[in-house]
Amino acid sequence: MSSARDEIFARIRRSLRRNAALEAPPVHRSQAPESNVRPRLENDPVECFVEKLHIAAGTVDRVTAISDVVQATADYLARHALEPRLVVAEHLLIKQLTWPAEWKIHTGPATGEDHIGVGAAFAGVAETGTLVMLSGADNPTTLNFLPDDHIVVVSALQIVAHLEDAWRLLRDSVATMPRTVNLITGPSRTADVEQTIQLGAHGPRRLHVILIED
Amino acid sequence: MQRSTSEFKHQAEVALQDVTLQRAMAKAKGGFVDKRRVAVARLPEFEQIRAEAKAIKEHTLAHLDYYLDQFERKVLESGGQVHWARTAEQACSAVLAIIGGSGKQVLKGKSMVSEEIGLNAAMERAGHTVVETDLGEYIIQLADEPPSHIIAPAVHKTRDQITALFHAEHEKYGLTELVTETEDIVNEARQVLRTKFLSSDVGITGANFLIAETGSTVIVTNEGNGDLTQILPRIHIVTASIEKVVPSLDDMTVLLRLLARSATGQEMSSYNTLSTGPRRADDQDGPEEFHVVIVDNGRSEMLGNEFHDMLRCIRCGACLNHCPVYSAIGGHAYGWVYPGPMGSVLTPLMIGLENARDLPNACTLNGRCGEVCPMSIPLPDMLRTLRFKEHERKLSNARARWALKAWGWLAQRPGLYQAVTGVMTAVLGRIGARAGRFRSLPLASGWTQVRDLPAPQGATFQRLWRKRQ
Repeated sequence: MSSARDEIFARIRRSLRRNAALEAPPVHRSQAPESNVRPRLENDPVECFVEKLHIAAGTVDRVTAISDVVQATADYLARHALEPRLVVAEHLLIKQLTWPAEWKIHTGPATGEDHIGVGAAFAGVAETGTLVMLSGADNPTTLNFLPDDHIVVVSALQIVAHLEDAWRLLRDSVATMPRTVNLITGPSRTADVEQTIQLGAHGPRRLHVILIED
Repeated sequence: MQRSTSEFKHQAEVALQDVTLQRAMAKAKGGFVDKRRVAVARLPEFEQIRAEAKAIKEHTLAHLDYYLDQFERKVLESGGQVHWARTAEQACSAVLAIIGGSGKQVLKGKSMVSEEIGLNAAMERAGHTVVETDLGEYIIQLADEPPSHIIAPAVHKTRDQITALFHAEHEKYGLTELVTETEDIVNEARQVLRTKFLSSDVGITGANFLIAETGSTVIVTNEGNGDLTQILPRIHIVTASIEKVVPSLDDMTVLLRLLARSATGQEMSSYNTLSTGPRRADDQDGPEEFHVVIVDNGRSEMLGNEFHDMLRCIRCGACLNHCPVYSAIGGHAYGWVYPGPMGSVLTPLMIGLENARDLPNACTLNGRCGEVCPMSIPLPDMLRTLRFKEHERKLSNARARWALKAWGWLAQRPGLYQAVTGVMTAVLGRIGARAGRFRSLPLASGWTQVRDLPAPQGATFQRLWRKRQ
C-alpha cells in the first residue's frame, strides 16, 4: 500500500504533467529577494515606525539612553496606576538595567499571574509599525501574550524600513529559525461582536514601546 | 438546524426573512468594504504587489511537489513531524493519533481547513473536549453553529444574541451577571478562556502560510488566541492544506501586504506568528511536540485544470464582503463550510457539483468578487464554467435547458431570428407600453414570480444599429 504522501505527490506530478521530482531547484525570484516591490515610506524610518505604531493603537516613549528605560517604565506604571510587579526578559539590553529595589521582578516564562511583561525586540519595521520578537532563553514567548501590559524595548538602530530587511538581519544573525517569531503590530483586538473593534481580546490590552535614540 | 447545499434556495429564502440575521448583516455590510477601500487607496503599489503575489503563487503551484518536499525536510530538521492526509478522514485520524487516548482538553485556534475536514466532530466522538478560542468561533461553538464567514465566523450574530448565549452558558462558571456592552462581553470571554488556555493538553491551529525556506507555519490573527493556543499546551498541531506553501520569507511578505488590507483593512494584523519546530533545548516555554498535518482533500486534482486559479486563494474574505448575494443571505444559507463567491466555486469541487448545483447560480455576475480579489482569481469566470458544466451534465433546470436549446436553434438562423424577435419586440412593446414592464408572462413565470420583466423599447437592437449606420 502506498502512503498518503506518495499518493499526494503522484497526483500533484500527474496534474503538473511531470513524472518525477525536479532534478534542480526551480528558478524563482526568491533567490533575489531584493526584487520585492516595497511600499514607499513617506518619512524617515524611525518616524514612520512611531506613526504606524500609533495607528495600530500602540504607544511609544522616546528616550535617549538605555538607562532611561527604568524611568520610562516607572512613568508608564504611574500613568496606568499599575503595581510594580514585572516579569522581565533576560535579554542583554534589559539585563543591564537596575530596577528599583522595592519592585517585584521575576524572570523566566510568564504565568497567568503576571500583569506586566517587559521584553526586547529583535527589530522594528517602519513600514507597518511592527515589532519582530524572537523566542529564546532570553525572550520567552509567553511574555508577549499572557500579561495585560506588554512593554517592549527597542533601539532606533534596530528599526528597518521593510520586513524584508528584518528577514535579512535574521538570516545574518541566527543559524536556524527560533521556535517562534512574533510580528506584533499593536495590542490584541477583536471585532467579533458586531464588527466593533475592542482591544484586549486574549493577549495584551496595551502595547507600549520604549524607543532608545542615542 | 441541519443545513445542506442542496437546500440552498429554501435556506436563502428563510435567511431573507430572518429579521435578526438581516439586522446583523446590515451592521457588517459597509464596514469591511469601506475599510478595505481606504487601506488599498493608501498603498499606491497595491496593483504591482498584486501582480507579484499572483506570480509567486503561480510559480509555487507549478513546482508544488518541490516546495512541499522542501517544507517537510525543514520541519523535520527543526525537530517537528509532518503527517500527510489525502482525505478528510485521513486528516482527522492523523490528528487523533497525535492526541492519543481520550478525555483530553484540546484548544483550537481558527482554522477553516479543520472545518472542512470535520475535525471538531471527530475529536468529540473520540471523547475529547474541544475549546474554540477565537472569540467568533467560541460564540458559534456555544451556539452549536458553523461559521458563516471565513474570517468573521459570528458575523451573523447580534450583540443581544451573544449576551443571551453567554448568560446561559457562563452560569456554570459563576458568571451570572448579564453582559450587554461589547467591552464586557469580550472581557467575560477572556476570563473564561484564560483558564482553558492554562489547563489544556493540546493546541491546534491552522496556517495562513507554510514557508518552504524555513519549515515555518504562519498564523495571522488579531486576538492572540492562536498564540496562546500554541505556546501553552505540550503539543502543537497545525492543520494546513497543500496550497498554503510559499517558497520564502520574502514571498510571504508580499502576500502579507495584501492579506490584512483585503480582509479587515488593516495594514498588518496584530499578530503574525511563525512557528518552527518544537521548543529548543534552552527555551523556557513553547510546545514540546510540533506536528503539521498537510491535507490534500481534492486540491491536487484542481492543479492544472480549469479551476487551478482557485488554489491561489489566501482566504481573505474580500469576495464575500463585496458579494450582494452573500450580503443579503449570510453564510449559512450556502449550506457548507465555504460561503460566498469563493465557496460557490470550491464547494461543488469538493462535495460534487450534483450536490451543490444551486451555488454557481447564486451570483448576479456583477464581477465585484473578481475585481477585489487580491490574488486576481477570476471568480466570475469560474462560476460561469460551473454553470456550463451543470448544463452539460443536465444538472440544471430542464425548462431552462429546453429554452436555451430553442434559442440556440433560432440564433443559428439569422433571418428567422430577426423576424421572430422583431415581431415579439413589437408585440410585447405595444402590450407593455403603458406599464413599461410585465408583472407576469406565460412561459416566463420563473422570471416574473420574483421580478418584473421590462417591456421592450420599440425595436430590436439590430434594427436600431442598422438605423445608426
